[in-house]
Amino acid sequence: MDGKIIVDVKGVSKTYEGGVEALQDVHLAVPPGRLTTFLGPSGCGKTTLLKIIAGLIEPTAGDVLVKGRRISGPGPERAFVFQDFALLPWANVLRNVAFGLELRGMPVPERHAVARTYIAEVGLAGFEESYPSQLSGGMRQRVGLARALAVDADILLMDEPFSSVDEQTRRKFQEDLLALLGHQRKTVIFVTHSIEEAVYLSDRIVLLSRRPGKVSRVIESNIDRSGSPDDIRRDRNYLDAVDEIWRTLKAYLP
Amino acid sequence: MLVFGAWEIAGRIPISLAFPTFGETVAALLALIADGSLIKAYASTLQPLLIGIAVSAVVGVAAGVGMGLSRSLEWLALPIFIILQAAPLAAIIPLITYIYGIGLTAKSLAVILLATPVVVMNAYKGIRNTDPSLIAMGRSFLGTRTQQILKIMIPHARGLIFAGLRLGLAMGFVGVVVAELLITPTGIGDLITYHGSVANYAEMYASIVSIVALAAVTIGALERVERRLFRATGAAA
Ligand SMILES: Nc1ncnc2c1ncn2[C@@H]1O[C@H](COP(=O)(O)OP(=O)(O)OP(=O)(O)O)[C@@H](O)[C@H]1O
Ligand SMILES: [Mg+2]
Repeated sequence: MDGKIIVDVKGVSKTYEGGVEALQDVHLAVPPGRLTTFLGPSGCGKTTLLKIIAGLIEPTAGDVLVKGRRISGPGPERAFVFQDFALLPWANVLRNVAFGLELRGMPVPERHAVARTYIAEVGLAGFEESYPSQLSGGMRQRVGLARALAVDADILLMDEPFSSVDEQTRRKFQEDLLALLGHQRKTVIFVTHSIEEAVYLSDRIVLLSRRPGKVSRVIESNIDRSGSPDDIRRDRNYLDAVDEIWRTLKAYLP
Repeated sequence: MLVFGAWEIAGRIPISLAFPTFGETVAALLALIADGSLIKAYASTLQPLLIGIAVSAVVGVAAGVGMGLSRSLEWLALPIFIILQAAPLAAIIPLITYIYGIGLTAKSLAVILLATPVVVMNAYKGIRNTDPSLIAMGRSFLGTRTQQILKIMIPHARGLIFAGLRLGLAMGFVGVVVAELLITPTGIGDLITYHGSVANYAEMYASIVSIVALAAVTIGALERVERRLFRATGAAA
């Protein structure tokens, strides 16, 4: 197996019951340790593709290989961050963040210790005893992110994690995410339909065509990420990439 | 207080000969307690009520959760409970007495028939309507089926299950009184029928008030137990 590929999507198609063809023959190789985004128009099958990689949806045809092994369901090397947060409303932040570890049978003191570390990492220290209903959308998604980080998976799958938070929160969250991932060496697959978000966050952008979704282009961005967030947003390469993607995607608009 | 005052006035007007004042009713209630007849009546009424409620709670929650988890169980049992929920008890009681006679079994059964459907339907809906996104979350973090049921579905259904138990308890009270009025007059049903037939309307109303009050107090107590439990497990919403 090629050591430079961690997730290999081979000829994946998905037709939902009722005949909606969401994905058609998708081929995609994801390199390890980098942030890849799926970008495409609404309804093109981004969530479907991500959930197939997560093992939450069975493809109609084709295979997904993770670290060279064919997957048949969710696995410990992959963790999912849900668009709608998917937090237990009856559990506090501490238990929610520790929930993945709880399901794995880790004893309470250990899993709470791990959870506290990640709660602090995502900037929620002090909110351990709060309930999801007491948190803002952005804070809830931080809980979802901490839960995914806590199980220490190599691959983070994030489905439009910032789509239901306001613009300012979103920018702050993007910056925090980059800082957090900077010292985590994780592979991240990130779904968005914001061009700016895709270019700002990722090393590789996979453009999907309109339904049935196919990979139409893969854009490698070479943005200098050593500067401040505002420097990145003013970077020549950043602006060029946004422009180029917009021209490609415009072709898919009706 | 307002209700009692209105009652007192209405009793004095009087609206009907068979309508005692509030004061008379309270006096009658105290008399019934003093001569032990109220206590004797409840000793016999509570038997079918407790048996029926216990069976309804255990069987109802189990059946409802089972139906929520298994499509084949749902297919098998759902129509039965929907029909039971719609069926008028008064029409079923002759059938019960025909098969089970007029004893404790028949009366407990009347309670069960009335109380179980609502317990079942609530537990079933609570389980079946679990947020699909929470189910996906549990799967993605490698939860087993047992963990999915115990840590996600049942906590999710908890509020609805308790609401079902409260409604079931209320229905159980209805069931036991109807059974005691329609099958053979025993317990509180006997007290109501007897005092009604000899025109002791104050005593009759006192008996009715006592069972209504008991029902209200028990349901209130269940609600308090529920709140205590929720707090113990750390639920706010
Ligand atoms: N469970 C399902 N059953 C039937 N059709 C579905 C199901 N889930 C998604 N679809 C359809 O498949 C297509 C792709 O859906 P998907 O959610 O993957 O798109 P998406 O790219 O994530 O869209 P968005 O940007 O709106 O989130 C859509 O047309 C959608 O209506
Ligand atoms: Mg989507």
